[in-house]
Amino acid sequence: MLARTEPINGTAKPKPVSSPMNNFKSDLLNSFSLKSLKLKTKQQELLIRVSILCLVYVLAFITRLFSVLRYESMIHEFDPYFNYRTTLFLTQKGFYDFWNWFDSESWYPLGRIIGGTLYPGLMVTAAIIYWTLRFLRFAVHIREVCVLTAPFFASNTTIVAYFFGKEIWDSGAGLVAAALIAICPGYISRSVAGSYDNEGVAIFALLWTFYLFVKAVNTGSLAWALASAFGYFYMVSAWGGYVFIINLIPLYVMVLLITGRYSLRLYVAYNCMYVLGMLLAMQIRFVGFQHVQSGEHMAAMGVFFLMQVFYFLDWVKYLLNDAKLFQVFLRITVTFTVGVGAIALGVGTASGYISPWTGRFYSLLDPTYAKDHIPIIASVSEHQPTAWSSFMFDFHILLFLFPAGLYFCFKRLSDATIFIVMYGLTSMYFAGVMVRLILVATPAVCLISAIAVSATIKNLTLLLRAKNKVAQTASAKGIGSAKSSSKGLLDQSQPFHRNGAIALLLGAFYLLSKYAMHCTWVTSEAYSSPSIVLAARGAHGNRVIFDDYREAYFWLRQNTPPDAKVMSWWDYGYQITAMGNRTVIVDNNTWNNTHIATVGCAMSSYEDEAYEIMRSLDVDYVLVVFGGVTGYSSDDINKFLWMVRIGGGVFPVIKEPDYLVNGEYRVDKGASPKMLNCLMYDRARGVEIGNKDVKLEYLEEAFTTSNWIVRIYKVKPPNNRW
Amino acid sequence: MGFWWRFNLLVFTIAILSTPVLSDLILSKVDRRIDLTSQIVRITSTLKVENAGSGLVSEVLLAFPELQAKNLVYLMATTNEGKGKTKSSGVSLPVEVANPKGMPPALTVYSVSLPKALGEGDTMSLDVLAVFTHTLKPFPEKITQADIQLVLFQDSAYYLSPYAVKFQSLSIKLPDARIESYTKIENTKIHGSEIKYGPYENLPPFSYSPLVVHFEINQPFAVAQELVREIEVSHWGNVQVTEHCNIVHEGAKSEGEFSRLEYQARPHIRGSSAIRHFVAKLPPRAHSIYYRDEIGNISTSHLWADSKKTELLIEPRYPMFGGWRTAFIIGYSLPLQDFLFESEGKRFLNISFASPINDLVIDNLVVKVVLPEGSRDLSVSTPFPVKQRQESKISHLDVVGRPVIVLEKADVVPEHNQYFQIHYSFNKLSMLREPFMLISGFFFLFVACIVYVHVDLSISKSSASYLAKLQWDEVRATIQQVESIINQCLATHEKIEASLRDLSRIGDVQACKTTRKTADGLLKEHSKELKPLLAFLQSSPAAANILPKVEELVAKERELQERWMAKHSIIVDCYEKKLGGREIENRVAPQQQKVVALRQEVEDLLEYIDEI
Repeated sequence: MLARTEPINGTAKPKPVSSPMNNFKSDLLNSFSLKSLKLKTKQQELLIRVSILCLVYVLAFITRLFSVLRYESMIHEFDPYFNYRTTLFLTQKGFYDFWNWFDSESWYPLGRIIGGTLYPGLMVTAAIIYWTLRFLRFAVHIREVCVLTAPFFASNTTIVAYFFGKEIWDSGAGLVAAALIAICPGYISRSVAGSYDNEGVAIFALLWTFYLFVKAVNTGSLAWALASAFGYFYMVSAWGGYVFIINLIPLYVMVLLITGRYSLRLYVAYNCMYVLGMLLAMQIRFVGFQHVQSGEHMAAMGVFFLMQVFYFLDWVKYLLNDAKLFQVFLRITVTFTVGVGAIALGVGTASGYISPWTGRFYSLLDPTYAKDHIPIIASVSEHQPTAWSSFMFDFHILLFLFPAGLYFCFKRLSDATIFIVMYGLTSMYFAGVMVRLILVATPAVCLISAIAVSATIKNLTLLLRAKNKVAQTASAKGIGSAKSSSKGLLDQSQPFHRNGAIALLLGAFYLLSKYAMHCTWVTSEAYSSPSIVLAARGAHGNRVIFDDYREAYFWLRQNTPPDAKVMSWWDYGYQITAMGNRTVIVDNNTWNNTHIATVGCAMSSYEDEAYEIMRSLDVDYVLVVFGGVTGYSSDDINKFLWMVRIGGGVFPVIKEPDYLVNGEYRVDKGASPKMLNCLMYDRARGVEIGNKDVKLEYLEEAFTTSNWIVRIYKVKPPNNRW
Repeated sequence: MGFWWRFNLLVFTIAILSTPVLSDLILSKVDRRIDLTSQIVRITSTLKVENAGSGLVSEVLLAFPELQAKNLVYLMATTNEGKGKTKSSGVSLPVEVANPKGMPPALTVYSVSLPKALGEGDTMSLDVLAVFTHTLKPFPEKITQADIQLVLFQDSAYYLSPYAVKFQSLSIKLPDARIESYTKIENTKIHGSEIKYGPYENLPPFSYSPLVVHFEINQPFAVAQELVREIEVSHWGNVQVTEHCNIVHEGAKSEGEFSRLEYQARPHIRGSSAIRHFVAKLPPRAHSIYYRDEIGNISTSHLWADSKKTELLIEPRYPMFGGWRTAFIIGYSLPLQDFLFESEGKRFLNISFASPINDLVIDNLVVKVVLPEGSRDLSVSTPFPVKQRQESKISHLDVVGRPVIVLEKADVVPEHNQYFQIHYSFNKLSMLREPFMLISGFFFLFVACIVYVHVDLSISKSSASYLAKLQWDEVRATIQQVESIINQCLATHEKIEASLRDLSRIGDVQACKTTRKTADGLLKEHSKELKPLLAFLQSSPAAANILPKVEELVAKERELQERWMAKHSIIVDCYEKKLGGREIENRVAPQQQKVVALRQEVEDLLEYIDEI
């Protein structure tokens, strides 16, 4: 009674005045609460969940269509052109021809065995979608299928993220994870419509495999483990990033073993997944026997044997029933196994049976490795270490929700949360090493952040709802003093909770809406450009389109002999073969460093020396990219230092300091003399600053696009020299 | 070149030596105009035919040397009835290849059938339009970017005819540019860009005098080596036209360097013969126009549209110099009602044959007309002979494929841009087939989902987990029943509360009591219903976990009931004793507090159970 704050409505007079109001209100509340109670809340919730998922599914798809709306339905960037070309081949010639395809149009004069040097998952997926649609009598073009493959799989990823979130936390976290990953820029950057690359499918496969594995560990069911093995197979067929799975899962198992979380469930899940997954992965020709022969896959095998030892020890412990004896036995067994393992590894490595780690793998562990040893890896901009700004750009609020989510995970530690924590931490490290690996970290970051968001909001709303209910029941009383006794009590004991909760909730929604806005903005402005077509704003605000690349490629396709060989820096190789339909010397596959170095050498030598090299490579045309007129920054002069470095790595004649002035790289008048006279400079700068009035002796201009971005030179036949 | 002339001369010497006069026709006046302003050479001749013999003559022969005949792509003869300047071109006359005896083999002869036979002394005027392609030969054959394009044209200064010609003249219209050289014979005059030969009088049959003009021409020499037009008819209101063009510049071949700098600095001097753009005149109300090629959209095009026509200006990706090629696709949609008509129960499509691109020579034109699936009795009528065949195409939602009529014709010039008709019959109901297929597809999908959700698909019906699941389902159903009963009880409580409020307002004790009675009855019934349910839960092992909560719920609810009843009796009592408001408050207060607390507990429990 102490808490009674309102004057008691004791007199008879005011009653009729206030009660209609009260009546009305309580009737409303009554009818409302009755209705909501009468509906089956289970089904209601299911309905809401399914409709949210459907909306997220659609959203994930349509937010990736900015590029189609802004530009057109086309393939983006460099690698996707190769994928498109191979998919086209697959749909036209069938699977066996595709599998045995020797491509003579690239890496002239070496050629390339396509079937044995690619991950066919993406192409086969697109072809199956294409064939299915054709079977259902939807006469779509294969290009449309390829363009929309990545958004389609991004949509599927959101569904997987939901189930994964549900598995590790609850369905609320799953929903939030689905919504976050649907629009997360880190993922969108590789999955917009037209970005027909392995990653588009691979992230789906990655998350799918992880989800199935965690499910298998949670249930100990053989069926889920089997499914995860097939998921792994799909991942192996789609992307080289499968190495991440085959190392993360053993690491996770190892952590579980160390923390004493070994269980039969884990044993079943890991053994089934590893053995079957390994056997399936060997069916991919590009991977072959790497699972048993390469150093990168040895961790998985080691953990596999360790699991057997654990199982054996468990069994012995069960039989012995004697702590002391078991201790002795344990010591002997562990020493023995570790010894045998180490010897096996040593012998394998020494005899060359187990190949050492590759450069790419090293460069992941040691970010400075590539710069010193493999310039070709370091020359790719997406292999550079990540800047803080790009973390912020790609993750936005997830960046600080991530630690909060980790806190929640540690608070409720289980097999599943340990997995997501490990996935998050390792992938975050890799994301810091290489820009492109932000992609791999994105699902983990989204899931962990989703846990943070979901748990926070759930706690806050619980607080709010508890209050509401009391208030409701109390107000429903209507008559007099009793109204507020309990409410008043609660209010006094926690005076600021309610307001605080409201403020925090509003803050959370503000942040989430900011995130949504940021994602949409980034998608539309930064990640939806095909990079083949450049768009700029004209002086009057109108849109100017520079379509020079396609202009040049189409010129090559139409106006050069069908067997012409085109030399260009390797970036443009895939595009020339796909769009220009001409043979190239080097392309983006970069499997033969020497060959690339030869081209780099030709580009950075004097014209007469370069001519010799070009004659020896049987080059007919030389294609260079020149940004001088339009101010296009990623032209060949910017890549020139890499040509010098890569060329110099194989041919010591090319020395980097020759091209630098006082340790600086300059292209204007102050450039070094060697620089000014080399072939590349002549052709990339043409009539630009530094060395004007270039007369080329062995080359002639064959074509230049309307904005001067691409210039094609014809190599004159030798008899013209005299 | 020299060989060509010599060959021609040889041919004509033979011709003149060996030919007898074929009929008694003479040409009293021949007026020829040669238009050389574009790559398509058009020769318009006005012939005045006179029958000098005695018999009736019903056909006139037109002769072309073989080399010209090879490039002759269009020949039309019309009667010319009017006189002088008020010419009225009459009906076009049937023209066909003729092989009269005694004609030299080097000549190709066409015969024009006259509408009525010419009697003795009758005269008649004919207009003959002959169109040639590939007759302007670039000379020199290769030029650099800086050079101008020069071409050669050759013909005869005299009208080549199997008949004697009394009076003739020839005028050659050249583009407004340099004339390098031309053959000078008697009576040759030049006025600006027009060269005049003649008049010449009384020349025997097969007179020939070689004539060569060498001049500059900067018109595009765009030749489509193959052009495929696909016209797809949809009865839902659309005709979709797609044209796949494969174009080559057949002027003087470009050699040496291409300098973009020079081209951009002085486009009309350096690169004057380059093709910069094409203009396509599309039918009015064309919409959804696109312009692309194998590797994507081409952004350099402009469109002007008004009610009369739609004009599309398309630039190739790059300026086309001599010998360069390009390929592109243009597509547009047309409203169906402009092109599809109905007559005698059949439908017919009336659409133009050739490509809408201006000044284009098409070496091989393929027109494919795709009719909707289910079209029957197809027949084609074209204004000129074409090769014809039928195939089928499978497009969206087709089962057997759509019938496609393929019309092929070599050497097509803008003169061939005439309408042709395709007649076919089509059942209106077939239009609904595709929507129906889609609807039924979705329908079966949903049915499959429903079946999947409702059908028990477990393989082993006796396994432990399956039985457990069944039991659990039963328990859940029971709990739901319990919940609904409790909710009904709560609703009854609300009724009591409402009656109490009415009491406080109106003071009708009797009404309040009757409410109480009915509420009592209801609550009793509910508790009766609850009993078997609770008994089932107690007996079922699957419900062991949830049972205490359910029992607690029922107990709390019962207590709540009691409290309500107590509260009710107190208030009614008070009213009967006519106690004051404050007194009632005081008496009710403890009950009220308990009621609130209990109610809260019951709701919490309900929620808890619901979440399981």
